[in-house]
Amino acid sequence: MITVNGDRMEWHDGMTVAEILEIRNYIFRMIAVQVNGELIKRGTYEQTSVPDEADVQVIHMISGG
Amino acid sequence: MTIAYDYKTRTSYTEDAAAQKAAHKVLLQHSFEPSLPERGYTNRTLHIDLSTLKVTEKAVTRQMKDIFVGGRGFGLWYLWNAITPTTKWNDPENDIVISPGPLAGNTAYAGSGKSIVVTLSPLTSIPVDSNVGGYFGPLLKFCGYDALEIQGKAASDVIVVIDGPKKTITIEEAPEENYDSHVAAEIFTHQFADNDKDFVNVGVVSAGKGADHARIGCLNFSWFDPKRGAVRLKQAGRGGIGLVFRDKKIKALVVHGGKMKGDLNQAADFARTTKVGRVLAKEIHDFDDQQCKMRSIGTAHLVEVMDAYDLLPVHNFQYGKHKDIDKIASTVWQKRFTQGIFDGCWYGCHMACAKGADCHKVMTGPYKGDVVTVDGPEYETAAGLGSNCGIFEPDWILESNFYCDTYGLDTISFGTCCAFAMECFQRGILNLERTGGLDLTWGNGASHVELLHQIARGEGFGLIVGQGVKYMQEYFAGKGWGDLPFMIDIGMQVKGMEYSQYMSKESLAQQGGYALTNKGPQHDEAWLIFMDMVNNQIPTFEDKAEALHYFPLFRTWFGLMGLCKLPWNDIEPADNAKHGKDAAKVPEHVQNYLELYAGITGNEMTNEELILQSEAVYNFQRVFNLRMGMGGRKSDWPPYRSVGPVTREEYESRAERYDKQLKELIGVDPAGKSVEEKMALHRTWREDRYNKLCDAVYARRGWTNNAIPTLETLKKFKIDFPEVVAVVKPHLG
Repeated sequence: MITVNGDRMEWHDGMTVAEILEIRNYIFRMIAVQVNGELIKRGTYEQTSVPDEADVQVIHMISGG
Repeated sequence: MTIAYDYKTRTSYTEDAAAQKAAHKVLLQHSFEPSLPERGYTNRTLHIDLSTLKVTEKAVTRQMKDIFVGGRGFGLWYLWNAITPTTKWNDPENDIVISPGPLAGNTAYAGSGKSIVVTLSPLTSIPVDSNVGGYFGPLLKFCGYDALEIQGKAASDVIVVIDGPKKTITIEEAPEENYDSHVAAEIFTHQFADNDKDFVNVGVVSAGKGADHARIGCLNFSWFDPKRGAVRLKQAGRGGIGLVFRDKKIKALVVHGGKMKGDLNQAADFARTTKVGRVLAKEIHDFDDQQCKMRSIGTAHLVEVMDAYDLLPVHNFQYGKHKDIDKIASTVWQKRFTQGIFDGCWYGCHMACAKGADCHKVMTGPYKGDVVTVDGPEYETAAGLGSNCGIFEPDWILESNFYCDTYGLDTISFGTCCAFAMECFQRGILNLERTGGLDLTWGNGASHVELLHQIARGEGFGLIVGQGVKYMQEYFAGKGWGDLPFMIDIGMQVKGMEYSQYMSKESLAQQGGYALTNKGPQHDEAWLIFMDMVNNQIPTFEDKAEALHYFPLFRTWFGLMGLCKLPWNDIEPADNAKHGKDAAKVPEHVQNYLELYAGITGNEMTNEELILQSEAVYNFQRVFNLRMGMGGRKSDWPPYRSVGPVTREEYESRAERYDKQLKELIGVDPAGKSVEEKMALHRTWREDRYNKLCDAVYARRGWTNNAIPTLETLKKFKIDFPEVVAVVKPHLG
């Protein structure tokens, strides 16, 4: 299991940041992703694996309004 | 991109413009000496009384600049002095104040052409402020005025013309012009420009025939788009300002400025402003296509994003997504908007998000068959006139967008009003007999637009819809058609103003972001849904209260300065993510604004001082509400539709989420409980949380537990004038 924005989520070996975004339906483009406090560079989400028990933060900027 | 149609094709309305101008009767001609601002301020304002036909100038005092700053602050201060606690919106003393703010009109930094309009609102009976683009405000300032105040009422339809090159201000009877805004703006632009090249130097404010009759009336501010050869419109939408404008029998305000140049503000350090402007322009150029696509889609880029996050209002805010979303998604609008031409509503705005849908052939009403450019739709309009009313046909959305604008009706309020009426129709509160034969079934675009025509004609059921949700609730209840408490639950209004188009049920902070506002539920104060519901980064009441302190005040500052909010956070530096949880503040852009402010005014300022600047005006506005009889915790109470599920269908649409919350957050096992029992448990829990949020926010803002600014707070912001203290004292116990 991992934690994504405070919610528990099923994990599997080799799970990538891109997969997490897809499962969560996080389609907004202005986001910052941190895995265990480390900022993940944009453009590398498909190559970045997330370890079990990771704390993933997907910070959506405000936009809108 | 290749444009497959002639985007310059549109119906012209200027054939009789010269003859119509010849029919004008000048009631007053006043000479004035134009002047340019010094460091952003002209240090004088213009007051026009339409009852007595008097034109006077007022000096801008040091105190006004220090405490009220400009824009919204100047508007509130002048309105405070113009009216009494018993003034109604249609009393002659009600003031319409248009003020551009000290940074407005600079061409160095994107989003710097805004005016802020303040008046006593017909919808809310308290002051309303509305931030609008177009050229009027900056051109007014470059004629020599930091604000325009209009009091009194004319005896017949008039126009007010401020002509810088001619050094005259005239009040003229204008009996013949059609004043629907897409017509009026074009005619008056042609009448008062010296020649075709001079069209860009004319700004027109108007409100159409819908604003004659509706409390949701708005103002249209024009700008000439040279590439299209078209007069375009931006709206001061919220709060019914258009109705006040037409009640004063104003057909149009016209400003004619001299030749535009880059530094008419006479900045203290012009190079400093262009330096930060270039940085932002490069970011927009380099990153907009990967970020929000504002240059190609504008704010309509949000339509499918809101749907994906269950935040798009559907069927009067019952649901947050819809299966037909693809029909009104941003890709659809991108094809409708003419691409590859500049859509900035002020010079130097590289964000250029004022998109236009050209070659719309009008399908109904008095302009049926005409070919027009529709200004928009922006996100709010696509959601309000579209999904919230179950309408997923772009042609109908464009049609109602066009008619809302030209009739002078706020698309946000109209969308929320229609959505309410449609739900009443769904639930039998309304029927064909009660609507005069209009079928208000979800998705009926033709009926939707017919309501607009009825408003403009001042007749039929449309006239009732045009008075707003609060009016409809009371009217329907008075007729015995529906249960008032239920209609209060589903009617999306606070303080008398309709909600803008975001679902807040699952974001406590946004429930406060809407209902704790000063003027009514408009998202320009605080938009915290992502921070709260999606990011889960402000979990405690104190966290939410801190966000409901910082963001409303930061956003207030745009209204003081004459700036647009969009370049702040709809574009971001490449490395903005490095700020982690603070990234939502876009710290580099905050620094840009401090640089821009210092560059123009010559005054250095910190981020903390920026917030303090806003806080004085924000607290003053809160006291102003109290002065007009609205205040206390009860005035900040939201409709339950914005807080939780009102109906069984809403609960069942999110049953898994709500059952989980019952179990994990409320501590009740949902098994064996009826939907009604579970809804009641949710309501108790959610309303209790909202009350606790109010406790935390009021404390953070320096207010009593009943939402009254304390004397210490007034003193801290130097607004403890005797008349302000006198308003507050009786409420402090």
